[in-house]
Amino acid sequence: MFKTKKFVKMALITAMAAIFLAGCGGDKASTDSSKDVLAQIKEDKKIVFGVKHDTRLFGLKNPSTGEVEGFDIDLSKALAEEMFGKDVKPEFVEVTSKTRVGLLNNSKVDAVVATMTITEERKKEVDFTDVYFDAGQSLLVKKGSKVQSIDDLKKGTTVLAVKGSTSSINIREKAPETTVLEFENYAEAFTALKAGKGDALTTDDSILYGMAEEDPSFELVGGTFTEEPYGIAVKKGNKELVDELNKALKSLKDSGKYDEIKDKWIKN
Amino acid sequence: MLDFSILTTNMDSFLEGLKITIIASLIALLGSFILGTLLAVMRISPFKPLNWLGTAYVEFIRNIPVLVIVFFAYLAGNFGGMTAGTIGLTIYTAAFIAEAIRAGIMSVPKGQMEAARSTGLTYGQAMRIVILPQAIKIVIPPLGNQFINLVKNSSLLAVVAGGDLMYQGDLISAKTYVTFDTYVFVALFYLILTIPLSLGVGYLEKRLARSN
Repeated sequence: MFKTKKFVKMALITAMAAIFLAGCGGDKASTDSSKDVLAQIKEDKKIVFGVKHDTRLFGLKNPSTGEVEGFDIDLSKALAEEMFGKDVKPEFVEVTSKTRVGLLNNSKVDAVVATMTITEERKKEVDFTDVYFDAGQSLLVKKGSKVQSIDDLKKGTTVLAVKGSTSSINIREKAPETTVLEFENYAEAFTALKAGKGDALTTDDSILYGMAEEDPSFELVGGTFTEEPYGIAVKKGNKELVDELNKALKSLKDSGKYDEIKDKWIKN
Repeated sequence: MLDFSILTTNMDSFLEGLKITIIASLIALLGSFILGTLLAVMRISPFKPLNWLGTAYVEFIRNIPVLVIVFFAYLAGNFGGMTAGTIGLTIYTAAFIAEAIRAGIMSVPKGQMEAARSTGLTYGQAMRIVILPQAIKIVIPPLGNQFINLVKNSSLLAVVAGGDLMYQGDLISAKTYVTFDTYVFVALFYLILTIPLSLGVGYLEKRLARSN
């Protein structure tokens, strides 16, 4: 008797926990149908960009200054100025490949400029601007590695990738026999490569160049085997913001400012 | 409402993760119990160097975040993510178990040891026959809590690509973009493991209290 009562009590608690969690899910969905992001930006006089903090050349937090630096950051600043002049202050929030779509959807960031590839799948979740950078997926290996191209990724080899990136999906298609291990961010994946946890690290060449620059005992091999056009992502249904961003991007390209920023960061 | 298609279409991944979480937790549980008991005995040993060694281990490990220990285990050794994660968890949990067991032994009145020794038992015999059986009763509730913590901490395997429940959740949410709901299911899977443990600990606690 005593036991049954207790069991029922615990079952109830568990069920309540489940309902509570499910309820949270519902709340989130309801805030999703929110107002226009562009209007909000103008009202708050600030635009929040989601950028990487761990990606050399694109978005990297400089430990000595505490500032985030890179191509994505400079481009974001230039875009903000182009769109709103000095009225709107650009702010930066760290995103990772894993968190960026979630942060857009719950309005923690207004636009994601974070080495994000435009894909058909992602277009269902977010809206993209025009391409702002053309990258392609490649492989980073230790110099002298037996892996020299994607064709060398046979059974028994291990490739390191980052959770939530297109490259981890692509590599499973292009080299189905290889084992893929996925890490939280590029810094951890690169550390794992240095520690010999895998034969190669795969992601966009633009990011890999940054790693090879940091540690010259690693090199890119085999060229690129995909096309990775980067776009700026905004929350679904904000066409006006996308149009504004596209216009600003185009005028930056026309004025030569875009090339200036690009040449500053991307040497290859 | 929750998107149950996430659960049904990714059931294999969830179950694979659950399996690895269970295996890693069980191995770490066994390992940390053995290592922890050893450390506890060292810490109360009258032989000073052993005592120091045990104390140093406990103080050192207890004051480092378990995430850092898991990283060290992964990067320093030639192990895969799951093995390294399990080793890291064992090293970490052992320090807490050692403290729980030591506290249990210390809480047995001193007179018990003295009386046992005066009947002619050696230190080891007295420990085994008289002290430890009494200590175990006191130790079981805190040990149970450590084991529950261990199961939850095993989610750290995810950061070293250990293939556990949390790792699978990361991959599923990255693939489907249904982040929130995926982690709700991950939480429910953890509850399936921890609620029975929690109940079991409560039950043992009651039974042991009765036998006093």
